Amino acid sequence: METLRFILDNHGLISLLLGQHLFIVALAVGLAILTGVPIGIAISQHAGLRRWVLAFAAVLMTIPSAALFGLMIPVLSVVGYGIGVVPAVIALFLYSQLPIIRNTSTAISNIDPALREAAIGMGMSTWQRLRKVELPLAVPLIMAGVRMATVINIGIAAIAAYIGAGGLGSLIIRGITQTDTRQLLAGALVISVIAIAADYALYALQRLLTPRGLNTSTLIARRLEEATT
Amino acid sequence: MIQIEHLSKTFGAITAVEDVSLSVAEGQICILLGPSGCGKTTTLKMINRLIAPTSGTIRIAGRDTAELDSVTLKRSIGYVIQQVGLFPNMTVEDNICVVPNLLGWDKTKSRKRAAELLEVVALDPAMFLQRYPCELSGGQQQRVGVARALAADPPVMLMDEPFGAIDPINREVIQDEFMRIQRQVGKTVLFVSHDIDEAMKMADCVALFHDGRIEQFGTPDDLLAQPASEFVASFMGGDRVMKRLRLMRSVDVASQVPPRQGGSPAQLVVKPGDDLRQVLSQLLGCGQDWALCNDSEGRFVGYVHQADILARLADHTTPRVH
Repeated sequence: METLRFILDNHGLISLLLGQHLFIVALAVGLAILTGVPIGIAISQHAGLRRWVLAFAAVLMTIPSAALFGLMIPVLSVVGYGIGVVPAVIALFLYSQLPIIRNTSTAISNIDPALREAAIGMGMSTWQRLRKVELPLAVPLIMAGVRMATVINIGIAAIAAYIGAGGLGSLIIRGITQTDTRQLLAGALVISVIAIAADYALYALQRLLTPRGLNTSTLIARRLEEATT
Repeated sequence: MIQIEHLSKTFGAITAVEDVSLSVAEGQICILLGPSGCGKTTTLKMINRLIAPTSGTIRIAGRDTAELDSVTLKRSIGYVIQQVGLFPNMTVEDNICVVPNLLGWDKTKSRKRAAELLEVVALDPAMFLQRYPCELSGGQQQRVGVARALAADPPVMLMDEPFGAIDPINREVIQDEFMRIQRQVGKTVLFVSHDIDEAMKMADCVALFHDGRIEQFGTPDDLLAQPASEFVASFMGGDRVMKRLRLMRSVDVASQVPPRQGGSPAQLVVKPGDDLRQVLSQLLGCGQDWALCNDSEGRFVGYVHQADILARLADHTTPRVH
């Protein structure tokens, strides 16, 4: 109850921190899509390369976030960005690679070889095949990777408050240092809620982007509707 | 229309196709027949250069295909595969319009073409144009696959076991349907099959493959009546004489010679289009030695005598191999 009152009383501050938090995550995941999807496509046809790239991305994932932030301080200090938003975005970007690359390459390499053969046999170029057939079919799995990366990063971004990146983690840190349970819980609660909300929102986006032909259940519903009208 | 000369393909140390030569006249269906792994599919895929030939030439309408750009070549040839390969993210209409779109046709023209082609393959455009592949049965999907291959009106069609995945009953239906379409469109078709009945039914000419070589090239009747080797004879089956009967129709042997006086009265009436295997089977079944052949309106065409049917089989007298 006290936590709720704290949230209501400080909704201005909380929305500011929420905005910072979402900005860091969105920027990191956005950049990770721009690199992860092309990498995933590139490695999908080379089993050997795929193993190495995925192993490397998995290693990145196992580095504890506190350690990664700590490692980046001396490295990025050279260019004057040792702490703040920049190292936070870089860390979250690295953590996003594994789910996005893995899902993209799995989606592309799992496409029915008959479709690939038909596409090539009809005279589509590699780029046309990718754009018209393979990417549309890969959308659901790629989006599932994006959702996973986003949810993980919303959690990890809380720790970025330690290096001065702002965000809802600030509330948790202050709650710990001031032994103020209200702040601690408020931060944790809001983070959980936005993680769930982001997952739902991206799921809605995934449904929107998935080609209709892949969604058997809505097609059946549509036919039934047509039959009754 | 298609001339293949000394075509070979080796994959490393393995020779998949060795010195294959054949030619197919315009509007004919040539079936590449043989057991699996005999090189027939590799040969087919070299024609639209899905597989690059190691040596030899392929000419289509007199032009050496090696001079053409590989993508242009593929777009100018209709291609149908066993797994159909309709793109699940596209409607039936968009699937049929793939090649016209690649060729940069006007939208209205390609849409009109898609509707026309659905009619050709006996699917109602109003009902099917906006459907997705997952909403179609296997047979319907393959009809759309054929329509898609016909979309840009290519003179040559390559078909890789197109009806192989369809159940036997529907396969007969779709084969008949394809023969009807072929009479309408008159394409030059190269068709891979391992089903001897399919080959005998549909082919104008058959190339029987064995271990990467053509064992025999000829009409279905040539292969049945005069197998060139032990392999051909065994592949065509011990009942190849009976299979020949399927290639002939009762009208081919109907004569005006009436049955001898005092013989049994007519018990059996057959149609001109009935194949002789069916007629002979019916004759044997009812113990008759002749049947009346009447057309669909009941008009008299001729008498089909059992003796004439048997005489037909003796035409190609002594087969080279027993």
